[in-house]
Amino acid sequence: MSDKGDPVLIALVSCGSEYAGVQSELEKAASMLNAKLVYPEMDVATLDTIGMEFGLEVASPDLRLMMARAKAVVEGVAKVDGVFVTSCFRCAEAAIVRNELRRYIFEKSGLPVISYSFTERTTAATLLTRLEALTTIARRKHLLARVKQSGITAGVDSGSTTTKAVVMKDNEIVGEGWVPTIKVIESAETALQQALDQAGLKREDIQAIGTTGYGRFLIGEHFKADLVQEEITVNSKGAVYLADKQKGSATVIDIGGMDNKAISVQDGIPGMFTMGGICAGASGRFLEMTAKRLGVEITDLGDLAIKGMEKNVEMNSYCIVFGIQSLVNSLAKGSSPEDVAAAACHSVVEQIFEQQLQEVEVKEPLILVGGSSLIAGVPKALGDLLKIDVIVPPHSQLIGAVGAALLASGYVSE
Amino acid sequence: MAKVIIYPTNSLILSDMVERFGHEPLAMMEKIKEIINTVGVDSPPLNITPEGPKHGLKYAAVEVPAGVRGRMSLIGPMIDLAEAGIIVGDSSISFGCMGCARTNELTKFLIREKDIPILEIQYPHTEEEGQDFVYKIAEFLKSLPSGSDEK
Repeated sequence: MSDKGDPVLIALVSCGSEYAGVQSELEKAASMLNAKLVYPEMDVATLDTIGMEFGLEVASPDLRLMMARAKAVVEGVAKVDGVFVTSCFRCAEAAIVRNELRRYIFEKSGLPVISYSFTERTTAATLLTRLEALTTIARRKHLLARVKQSGITAGVDSGSTTTKAVVMKDNEIVGEGWVPTIKVIESAETALQQALDQAGLKREDIQAIGTTGYGRFLIGEHFKADLVQEEITVNSKGAVYLADKQKGSATVIDIGGMDNKAISVQDGIPGMFTMGGICAGASGRFLEMTAKRLGVEITDLGDLAIKGMEKNVEMNSYCIVFGIQSLVNSLAKGSSPEDVAAAACHSVVEQIFEQQLQEVEVKEPLILVGGSSLIAGVPKALGDLLKIDVIVPPHSQLIGAVGAALLASGYVSE
Repeated sequence: MAKVIIYPTNSLILSDMVERFGHEPLAMMEKIKEIINTVGVDSPPLNITPEGPKHGLKYAAVEVPAGVRGRMSLIGPMIDLAEAGIIVGDSSISFGCMGCARTNELTKFLIREKDIPILEIQYPHTEEEGQDFVYKIAEFLKSLPSGSDEK
């Protein structure tokens, strides 16, 4: 997975990572990507004044160290390709500093920057996707500049719940496949075959293939893929391509089966982004369970939600267990299925709003992708909450596969 | 000789003073030395693994950030052993620094909670204050029992 050549230099602006036992995981993830973590140098005396200088007086010296390091990055003292800002999960003081530093670095330096709050359970695997996106933005800008697909390429998105595939030819989607992920390689084979059959093409006609999603490495190796890429880069590209918003700013929200992504995009290149942790309450799975409880197909849940009023249902929890229990109780008290469906969509969206959209700057257009975007109640709830129009591009459920096919076409030209 | 916990826990000056007066300083440096020399553990730079924050659960609940609990896995056992304590307030970073304000608060609280002799003193800012600072610490250290078994 690592790229050859010079390592990408990532400034680590952190507090507590060495004491939480995650420092070696950070180093491990970086080395897997041929990236090097660097620690911007600053004068120790700066620590006494940086709080006032930055305008944020905090009690913890390590947070002041973060500020001083961020300043060193912005002022070019430390020459780096990207910045990873990280601190302890559940530390309020650090969360304020982390968010403000991410904004400060991104606005003042234009460098790609991501932030993450860790626990002692954070592993290199969890960090990998985030760092991979960071290194890709730094390393493959030329590839991300691609705005049109060319030749015949395929993209396969091996997600945690479903596997999606598309075949593209001369900037058009000519075949698509979508199957539940059961056995990763077999599901990918089936999805790709579906797409090829629809396109009327054979495997050997494909000039380049790109893989993404949780199973990207495994299926990438299986298909001998030209491009194996994490979802943040691929989905950003796929979203702005399908929504025809490749120039200027945009915000991409992807509600996936296991985690969600909120990505601030500029000219098709991700800037700030967050990846939600694994919480089923803010995922498509919550909507699936609601549909099951209401006795409707998941495809009908959205239309039901459009007719309902979420305010008529009291939900006490976002949790997939206790939240669903609230919905069941509402039904027992006489709430309509329409109201319950609307409440479920609102619950998922509200959680994304509270936990993720606070961390990225929401710039219009807001492009909603992923399977959940097809449930009409979800974009409606998001639009209502943010008071802006939400764009759901065509083929929004295939976003990863389309992005992978588009980016893979860079290898056809090469 | 008394085991004296110092705060800031990595203050070289305090640690040195405790030693000069014949006592055993309970300081972060020794603790770090101990863990980085642990054979078979390779988790640089401090060799703290994810087990550290779990051990820290003895001193701070699970909702306390992992970085605080990781630090407490080192500081907590030292406080448990302490027979006396010196807490320097408002010190400059160069005097000693734990990095995390929450850890600092908890550390000082746990020291104060123990039924041991404690000297609380403010960091000096003038030469006169500096002399008084050293004098008070020296007097405190002299007042402690000279043998651990003499407590």
